[in-house]
Amino acid sequence: MAVTDIKQFAHLTDADVEAIGRELDEMRRDLEESRGARDAAYIRNAIKLQRGLAVGGRAALFASAFPPAWIAGTAMLGLAKIIENMELGHNVIHGQWDWMNDPEVHSSAWEWDTACPSEQWKHSHNFVHHKYTNVVGKDDDVGYGILRVTRDQKWHPVYLAQPLTNALLATFFQYGVALHDLNIKEIRRGRKDPRTTWRQLKQIGRKVGRQIGKDYVLFPLLSGPQFLSTLTANATANLMRNLWSYTVIFCGHFPDGAEKFTVEEFENETPHEWYLRQMLGSANFRAGPVMAFMSGNLCYQIEHHLFPDLPSNRYAEMSQRIRALCEKYDLPYTTGSFTHQYMQTLRTLWKLSLPDRFLTATPDAAPETASEQGGTVQALRRPTQQHRRAG
Amino acid sequence: MGLLRGLVSRITTPLLPDDYLHLLNPLWSARELRGVVVNVVPETESAATLVIKPGWGWSAQYRAGQYIGIGVQVDGRWHWRSYSLTSVPTEADSTISITVKATPEGFLSQHLVGGLVPGTVVRLAAPKGDFVLPDPPPEKILFLTGGAGLTPVMGMLRMLHRRDIMTDVHLVHSAPTERDVLFRKELHGLADRHQSLRLHEQFTDTMGMLALDRLDEVVPDWVEREAWVCGPPPMLDAAERVWKAQHLTGKLHVERFSIQLDGAGGEGGTVTFGAGGRTADVDGATTLLEAGEQVGVQMPFGCRMGICQSCVVPLVAGTVRDLRNGTVHVEGDRIQTCISAAAGDCVLGV
Repeated sequence: MAVTDIKQFAHLTDADVEAIGRELDEMRRDLEESRGARDAAYIRNAIKLQRGLAVGGRAALFASAFPPAWIAGTAMLGLAKIIENMELGHNVIHGQWDWMNDPEVHSSAWEWDTACPSEQWKHSHNFVHHKYTNVVGKDDDVGYGILRVTRDQKWHPVYLAQPLTNALLATFFQYGVALHDLNIKEIRRGRKDPRTTWRQLKQIGRKVGRQIGKDYVLFPLLSGPQFLSTLTANATANLMRNLWSYTVIFCGHFPDGAEKFTVEEFENETPHEWYLRQMLGSANFRAGPVMAFMSGNLCYQIEHHLFPDLPSNRYAEMSQRIRALCEKYDLPYTTGSFTHQYMQTLRTLWKLSLPDRFLTATPDAAPETASEQGGTVQALRRPTQQHRRAG
Repeated sequence: MGLLRGLVSRITTPLLPDDYLHLLNPLWSARELRGVVVNVVPETESAATLVIKPGWGWSAQYRAGQYIGIGVQVDGRWHWRSYSLTSVPTEADSTISITVKATPEGFLSQHLVGGLVPGTVVRLAAPKGDFVLPDPPPEKILFLTGGAGLTPVMGMLRMLHRRDIMTDVHLVHSAPTERDVLFRKELHGLADRHQSLRLHEQFTDTMGMLALDRLDEVVPDWVEREAWVCGPPPMLDAAERVWKAQHLTGKLHVERFSIQLDGAGGEGGTVTFGAGGRTADVDGATTLLEAGEQVGVQMPFGCRMGICQSCVVPLVAGTVRDLRNGTVHVEGDRIQTCISAAAGDCVLGV
């Protein structure tokens, strides 16, 4: 079972939880007060770089029949799409730059270069995922309704196909994201107003139509006889972006040490315990400045979940303070190399395609989740030991 | 042009062509009105005229006396204020001008007067306001102004002069001293040129305040004149009282500049949801989201804890306070209703 008593799980007293909460509140205030011209210049430059790469890539692809142009154009376009998706779209829609009061870089007006309409993303991601983070049964990002990522989800024969489902989701990630807010589970159970579903479908249809029109009709047509090579270039750029954003996002909550929680925990939670759940439910990966930028600073997933609306360029400096805080209270700060974190994720996904009786670990002390009844934080602090126990 | 833009936006989707073009030239965007400051002309010790060249999407169809919104970026953040246009719309001149007086407590007006250099890119909001002269202008006009309240009237005087339709105009202007009078040289020049323009300057440091009850000592025929009044709030209140007493309210036009109190108007207030929409009287602890829902307004909402931005709406007028950190937001900001409360009366764009 997932964590129900977060304090017991983390071996903290009420006073500790309050103290941690106060420190985090203070960090938020410090950062809010120090936002300024330097940060504004950062996001403006990121936008310039992204648009420059997009224009450069599209321009190069007007010679897409010439292989070096195909390669250069695809690479630039793919990078532009990744930056647009991660550092710009995701973070602007979170409201990280709303403080600038610039209508052109604002959560209420930003539409991103992907199949999912940003309005629906705001609901499924900013609201549902960030408020109910890792609460099994409330946060739809726990498996996205199609994957089994914790033993808290009941096994079903459909999960036998999980290795394949996972590969397909990675390949067509933007469409998976686009359909996410429809909440197909709720539709199947007849618990959703069909009018809402229809409205959302129309909105998705319009967005997808424009996106496909641009990448697979208009730009290929504009390149004349090179129609096909431009089309494959654009498809490749979209695939690059899909695989990359899928991997970064899966490294955020599915590596070992990113705990899951019960609805009961959520219902009895104080605002400061909300912070604690965000810390214990998220996982970082190690990244240099370039990698951090390309991941939209989601290599700092823990910092992002604590402060989803503070500017991403400041997560690196915040991570120092968060790490020190974790040390002070003997809390895990889950991180590892990008490969390591993704391999753990993949292992969990493949393993959990099988029913529990084929697995050795118990739901209370499994590598992908633990609870106050089984593995607690102290046990989790030594990953090697954890591996042995999980078998 | 519109068709071309529509076609090009099919390949720039989800962005507009403007989103790329303004990176080459800041004026090449109609998505957000932009302008570039081409000149800063000092007027008095604490006032300056900003001459601005507007970019794409600007309509030159404004009327003398109207105001525009101007947004400037200070320390990474865009701040918006409204100022009267002092330029006259003409075919030949594509620039516009506003005259700004720095007030001691107004950090933005100080920045506008002292901190802007030619080449600065600003944001603009389309001209608005009904403090304008009818066309043709009335035969007898009274302009009653105080301090920076002269600015919209200066636009009107310049228009009357430029189009050579200066009717019988009496300008009564108050300022602390001679040195504080905006456009003083130009005003006297105009009065020399046009026999029908008379000027009364009230230097309040030495002459005291103009008593509106004895306005006929300065302008004997004031009751016959159609009046345009702009100045500090007490002056406007007095004018409304005096004109009402004479049953002349129909002849009085008043322009009130909203005053930035920066939250110092006490907590809570009347919240209006959308221009002319429902209202709610709230205390300073009730969030705007709760307030709207209590009076049945369909408010956008999400997490209700300040993290998801689903509830963000523009603040059309007034001030609100972020309950988390006390930050005060002013007109033109976009605010999260789930963590903001009214700091005085305010209007939300719902």
